Order: sequence, then structure tokens, then C-alpha cells
Amino acid sequence: MHELPVTQNILDIALDHAHKAQAKRVLRINLTIGELSSIIDDSVQFYWEIIAKDTIAEGAVLNFNRIPTLLECQLCHTQYQPVDREYACPNCQSLKFKIVHGQEFFLESIDIE
Amino acid sequence: MEKRIIIAEKILGANEKLAEQNRALLDSAGVYAVNLMASPGAGKTSVILRTLAALVDRYAIAVVDGDVASSIDADKAADAGAIAVQINTGGECHLDAVMLQSALKELDLSNIQLLIVENVGNLICPASFPLGTHLNVLIASIPEGDDKPYKYPGMYQGVDVLLINKIDLLPYIDFDMAYFQSGVQMLNPQVITFPLSCKTGEGVEAWIAYLVEKIESMKR
Repeated sequence: MHELPVTQNILDIALDHAHKAQAKRVLRINLTIGELSSIIDDSVQFYWEIIAKDTIAEGAVLNFNRIPTLLECQLCHTQYQPVDREYACPNCQSLKFKIVHGQEFFLESIDIE
Repeated sequence: MEKRIIIAEKILGANEKLAEQNRALLDSAGVYAVNLMASPGAGKTSVILRTLAALVDRYAIAVVDGDVASSIDADKAADAGAIAVQINTGGECHLDAVMLQSALKELDLSNIQLLIVENVGNLICPASFPLGTHLNVLIASIPEGDDKPYKYPGMYQGVDVLLINKIDLLPYIDFDMAYFQSGVQMLNPQVITFPLSCKTGEGVEAWIAYLVEKIESMKR
């Protein structure tokens, strides 16, 4: 997808909070990314090294906490993880589900000094 | 000394905030706004031209065209009677709320009743960037194949209306409508579907009737 604007947003949010906390340096950026959010970690990392240069976040480590997809059947309320894009409920074969986890796209926290 | 700051902020939250501002602006002007998304070649411009042909005598319609380059589509919309604004994204794969906001500034919203946004042809990125429009529409087309819901679930999940274009080609193409529809149902059971052909005009009327009802529902 559009990793450059995503990476820019990550940097903006991180710097905003780091400056407010009067940080000298940002050491780590902890991201929570659901499996259904199509984001390529390597690509974010690639852009990060370019755009974070000469900021207090230069050299910060990006941690990607990937959240597996979890669905809940709307009929029998079974919670299940889809395997190989097979989204039907393993209990009642219904395709009426809601997504419990997998769409997360958060900047969870930053570690500063 | 090292310390952790908890942020828990949406990475694309800035876009969502701007989308809310766009929505508020459109609501206060009484403009009904539609975000048209599709892969390249599915028929976004054809749907717009059909929609303009049916409604341009009845409503003042603006078309905002997002393209990587060129103003071919905006020119066509202008020729068909719309107030057209071109946004060249300069390589960006989708429109975002900021781009729409600057396009809205070029329009006299008080004299517009329907705004159609033609997003960049792409089945992935536009789904992640809400613009603040009232209706999110995806155009699928028969030649793309019946497996697209399964391959692009994010796009199929996030839309209110699905137009299935080029149904006149069904006799010539191996397209299993039941398989396609079951993928759509699985991902988005609430979606409203209109099969149509912009070439023959079949099915276009139902889409227009739906849209008219929506435009009329706006308080002005």
C-alpha cells in the first residue's frame, strides 16, 4: 500500500509526543498492526531510515507487533482464526462474521530518553 | 534515563480527522458526496458520464477527479456538464482527505447538490483513506474476474454500494457470478449491489434512482 505517507504519519505522531515529553532521543517505536492491515514492514523500515534522518528519532528501532486475525461468528458466536483465507465458521459454516482483531493500526508507544 | 510513553494513537488518525471536517463542510452546504473507487479500467469515468447524463439537468453536479497524471477524465466530465476539478496526485496511489479538502476550496459548495469524487484507480490504498464522503462506492467489472473480493477484502469490506459493471460481457467471459457474490456476501453482507452496463445502459436506472433518493435526503 502507501507506505510513505504511513511512515510520515508514524514519524509525525512520534515526534509530537517526544517533543512534548522533552525527549533527547527516541529509541524505539512500538507499532500494533493487525494482520488484515496490508502494510509491508520492510518498506516502512526503508522509508523510515530516509525520513527520520536528522530528527531526534533517527536510528530509532521500529517494533512491529502483529495481531493475528480473529473472527466471531454472528450466528453461533464461535471465535476462530481463518486459515488460508477460508473465512467460514468452523462450527456452523456460516459466513456471517465480525472482525474482532486484525484491523488494528496503532502507534502504541515510544521509548525515549 | 529511558522511559516509555504510551500513545495508542491511530496511525492514519490525521486523515480521519480531516475526513470528518470534510463531511461537516459538505453537510452544512447540503452537498451529497460520493467516493467512486475501482481498479483502472473498471468504468469509473463511464459511470460518471452515465450519471451525469441522467442527472445533470436536475442537479448541479461537481466531479473531483483524482489521477496520477493528466486531466483526461476531468475534461470528459466538464464536457458532460459537470463542474470539474482535477487533482493530480503526482504518483500517490490514492486520494486522501487533505487532497479533497483543497479541491473543495475550489468549489462554490452552496451551488452544488451532488459531488462525485473519482478516486485513483486502485483496489488497495483508497480503502484506508476515508475522504469524508457520504457514500463509498466500488465499481467491479466482469473482465476483472470473479475472484476480486477474495483478493482485495479490504476494499470490498469498506464500501456501501457495489456497482457490477460491464454485465453485457457476461456471455463472453468466464465469470461465476455466484462465486463472486458469495465472496461479497462474506465480506460485506450489508452492501447494496447494482449490476449494470454503462455500454448498453442496462441496470443504470436502478443506480440513478438510488442516488436521487440519497441526494433528496440531504437537508438544504
